[in-house]
Amino acid sequence: MQLSLNGVGHVYGGTDVLSDITLDIPGGRILCIVGPSGCGKSTLLRLIGGLERPARGQILQTGTPPEGCLNPLTYVFQDFALLPWRSVEGNVRLVLEDHRLGADAVERIVADVLARTRLSDFRTALPRQLSGGMKQRVAIARALAVNPAVMLMDEPLSALDAQTRELLMDDLVTLWTRSPFTAVYVTHNLAEAVRLGHRIVVLSRRPGRISEVVDIDMPLDARRADDPDLARHQQRLWGVMRDAARAADAELLNG
Amino acid sequence: MAEPVPFRGGGFAPRAKRGVGLVVFVLLIAFLEWGTRAGLISALTLPRPSDVLAEFGALYRSGRLWDNLLPSLQRLAVGATFGVTAGILVGFVIGLFSYARAGLVPLVAALFPIPKIALLPLFVIWFGIDEASKYALIAFGTFTPTVVATHGAVDNVDRTLIRMGQSFGLSWFSIVRKIVLPGAMPGILSGLRISLAIAIILLVAAEMLGAQTGIGAYILEAGSLYDLERLFAGVTILSVLGVTVSFIITRIERRLLRWRN
Repeated sequence: MQLSLNGVGHVYGGTDVLSDITLDIPGGRILCIVGPSGCGKSTLLRLIGGLERPARGQILQTGTPPEGCLNPLTYVFQDFALLPWRSVEGNVRLVLEDHRLGADAVERIVADVLARTRLSDFRTALPRQLSGGMKQRVAIARALAVNPAVMLMDEPLSALDAQTRELLMDDLVTLWTRSPFTAVYVTHNLAEAVRLGHRIVVLSRRPGRISEVVDIDMPLDARRADDPDLARHQQRLWGVMRDAARAADAELLNG
Repeated sequence: MAEPVPFRGGGFAPRAKRGVGLVVFVLLIAFLEWGTRAGLISALTLPRPSDVLAEFGALYRSGRLWDNLLPSLQRLAVGATFGVTAGILVGFVIGLFSYARAGLVPLVAALFPIPKIALLPLFVIWFGIDEASKYALIAFGTFTPTVVATHGAVDNVDRTLIRMGQSFGLSWFSIVRKIVLPGAMPGILSGLRISLAIAIILLVAAEMLGAQTGIGAYILEAGSLYDLERLFAGVTILSVLGVTVSFIITRIERRLLRWRN
């Protein structure tokens, strides 16, 4: 299944936040969207997943979702969005319960995704007992459980500390290498973008427009944090973004 | 000269201290006992605690305790069950539907401040002098605070969790049952504490105004005879009733809200 955006724009209370976004989301690859704060990148993600309606333009899906896909467009949220009253296992089961899968199938899926995210030993733990990194792994396990066609990741590592972020990036690369998934990955962190993105889209300051598209061909599992090629890409992207980021920083909120 | 840095971080962190509450009770009662025996407190001001206890024993042995307590408990249980159930339902409807909110919130705001006891004569006309009017009074009295607590609790459910439910394609009913209801539970239970305390107050008021049996009737009768021992025995029963209700809610909270700390 492929998604394509056609002249998408959005308005909040009279202010243009996104303007004329035309973009194809290729299957089996990770597309990163970066931009200064307030450029509408999270809004764009909510539009892509159908949590909000675009004011202009359209978002089209072509082709059918893969076999066994329960929820084609699936989010991973910045603040994890785990139900605090459900265990790790219960949080994964939540998204399977409405699908009448039968106890065996549910158990198989739960065991599989928890094993893939290395959470099998923490099935019965409650979210308050988990570290931030583990919470996000539960959220990723929950997203994998519905076998999504496209994963929509909204700054998934931004609420975590630097070490945990590094570990979780490795986890994501391992997951993707083992079975490639399609993802739209929104972040303000350029290091994450060059480590995880096959294609990086830079949005300009509000109203967000596409100001640059960069493809990085290096395989994900070959990318190291100190790779000179990646550092060059990161420097270049920062050069594109710096002035916009500075201007965004000087702007009043809701101004 | 080297001195240790002075510690300034103490206080403002309440901790559970076992038994302190009991000690306060015991000391207070011991003081009253001593004061009444020593003549410091006259028998017309306060009865002697041991006399109240003796009166309570007599009440228990004569069987009149159950004759009065059981009807009261029944009124409390039936009235509060109706009021709380209806209140939670209406609170959810207000919390979930915009039209219901727009239509019902002003109505609830208008009903809330009415002293429900003022409506007892009306309820007697509507439901008769018997049990039904007392049920109605208690139900109505618990209904409004439960509505307010429930709809506030529903409003306070984390919106990101609801968005999450929608983004995974959960049905509306699933979102309400699995996300909104447990998310609102802490607020509903703390509202329940207030509602049930109001229920006990209204129970006594209703029994004072028109009942042959019940703790309220017993207290009223003792009061009109200036029988302070019996009056205090009755008041003690109410106090114990209140503590018991609060204890039960605490147990329910521990069970249902284990996921908090």
